[in-house]
Amino acid sequence: MKSLKSNLFGIAIAVLALVAPFIHAADISLLNVSYDPTREFYKEYNQAFAKHWKELKGDNVTVRQSHGGSGSQARSVIDGLDADVVTLALAYDVDAIAQKAHAIDTNWQKRFTHNSAPYTSTIVFLVRKGNPKGIKDWDDLVKSDVKVITPNPKTSGGARWNHLAAWGYALEKYGSEDKAREFVTKIYANVPVLDSGARGATNTFVQRGLGDVLLAWENEAILSINELGRDKFEIIVPSVSILAEPSVSIVDKNVEKKGTKEVATAYLQYLYSKEGQRIAAKNYYRPTDPEIAKETAANFPKLKLFTIDAVFNGWGEAQKKHFADGGEFDKIFASIKR
Amino acid sequence: MQTEHRLEPRWLKPLLLGTTLLFLAIFLALPLGVVFSEALAKGWKVYWASITEPDAIAAIKLTLLVVLITVPLNTVFGVATAWLIAKFEFRGKGLLITLIDLPFAVSPVIAGLIFVLLFGSQGWFGAWLSEHDIRIVFATPGIILATLFITSPFVAREIIPLMQEQGKDEEESALTLGASGWQTFWKVTLPNIKWGLLYGVILSNARAMGEFGAVAVVSGHIRGMTTTMPLHVEILYGEYLFTAAFAVASLLTLLALVTLVLKSFIEWRIGKKRLLAH
Repeated sequence: MKSLKSNLFGIAIAVLALVAPFIHAADISLLNVSYDPTREFYKEYNQAFAKHWKELKGDNVTVRQSHGGSGSQARSVIDGLDADVVTLALAYDVDAIAQKAHAIDTNWQKRFTHNSAPYTSTIVFLVRKGNPKGIKDWDDLVKSDVKVITPNPKTSGGARWNHLAAWGYALEKYGSEDKAREFVTKIYANVPVLDSGARGATNTFVQRGLGDVLLAWENEAILSINELGRDKFEIIVPSVSILAEPSVSIVDKNVEKKGTKEVATAYLQYLYSKEGQRIAAKNYYRPTDPEIAKETAANFPKLKLFTIDAVFNGWGEAQKKHFADGGEFDKIFASIKR
Repeated sequence: MQTEHRLEPRWLKPLLLGTTLLFLAIFLALPLGVVFSEALAKGWKVYWASITEPDAIAAIKLTLLVVLITVPLNTVFGVATAWLIAKFEFRGKGLLITLIDLPFAVSPVIAGLIFVLLFGSQGWFGAWLSEHDIRIVFATPGIILATLFITSPFVAREIIPLMQEQGKDEEESALTLGASGWQTFWKVTLPNIKWGLLYGVILSNARAMGEFGAVAVVSGHIRGMTTTMPLHVEILYGEYLFTAAFAVASLLTLLALVTLVLKSFIEWRIGKKRLLAH
């Protein structure tokens, strides 16, 4: 009995001796729950932030990543996925976490600059090399011989931006809600499959070779061209598109419980730094910092961009009218005979 | 010498054989070939790097952990239920057999959702679990539970018919001759079912490693933490890392091939035993 006790004591001493050097340099682990196309961006950004934090505080930060369709990722956080921060495709998905699980302060958009959207993007078209169907603008998507690939707006954030971009275009060009609905219905009638997330849709288009045009995040389109060959695809920039503002927030309930509020806030704040903005631009997100935007302007085609606030009166209303149960998307989908 | 009395035309056998072989070539050999050729497309060095990078190692470890927990539990559960069903009479036996088969009938995605609805923070036990800081879904316990659910029928299903066929005469004799219940189980029941049992264990092992749908729902997709091998393959594929995706996939395929060989061996043993018995 005595020997067991002294053994335990010895083990305790050994463990302490092993742990002691690390007591000052704490090992912090954060979980960033994000949407599909940000995988490569955050992989690079996480390393930059870890280095920055190590220099600033001396602590080691490991940021773990989780990716999927923006809507389903938000659902997982609502169901208890332990995210310290969420970096989702659109404000509504962050709102959903705030409202359904009360895990995020409803005031979240005011906590970081630019409505908590550190980088922006837009929706462009990816077509096959040589553009065999001659697709130039939104009007070409309603032609009966064009197959369009876009994910499911019920689960994918990118798909909701796609839907609203098309709607906004038609609304301005044809002047009425009815005409816009008709236009968007025609586009959906040309969609052979609805994937659950943006990356799935990209793979359907580039890997499985389905469809003539992919409606994609600008960054996703440029990335797939760079990854899979300029000789296979090209990007078509429409005359008008939507300014997509992916939103970020800390998840209050989780960071308070885990004691990671300070580092989680710093993690998101650093997205606005020169280095964070440069990494965003390098991964084809449009930077919001004017200096970096100027520096990288050549990488991003110029086009007319409208905002969700101007055309749809913000995400709250857009979500309710278009994507809630029985909304425009459901009506359109039911009207298309499949 | 036996003369063949054939009613069917002469060309039927080669035709059937040809069709089967062609089918196997297209749907089995070709995809298997693709997995290995893609995995090795950039050489052994890249292959080795793909299966030894930290997230891949974590995925392999998690998969093995899941197997190490679920397979023994399912073995115990399977033997106990099979014993109950084969050797005892009670009311509701038919219902119990149906219940054991339930996981085969339920879609894996639903199986995953059941656990989210039970243990998610909006679920039945969510508030209590979060108060006590216990994590089930989006963590290893959830993955284990979902896999247990999916693989629970395999062992029981394999040995129930075996035990029923053997009846209870041998056990009764052993008991009459003074063996204890425990002795009877080890010396009489187990030897009789061992090959069937092993077959069930192998099947449940293969499914536990390869399960995707149910695990995807409860995983939360946290890299290096809650991604099993099949989930890791999907992530790599989505990131245009095709060689790495196929490298990890080839490991799963190798496991499947080993399983297949073991399965054939066991079937051969069972067949031999049946021949001897008759």
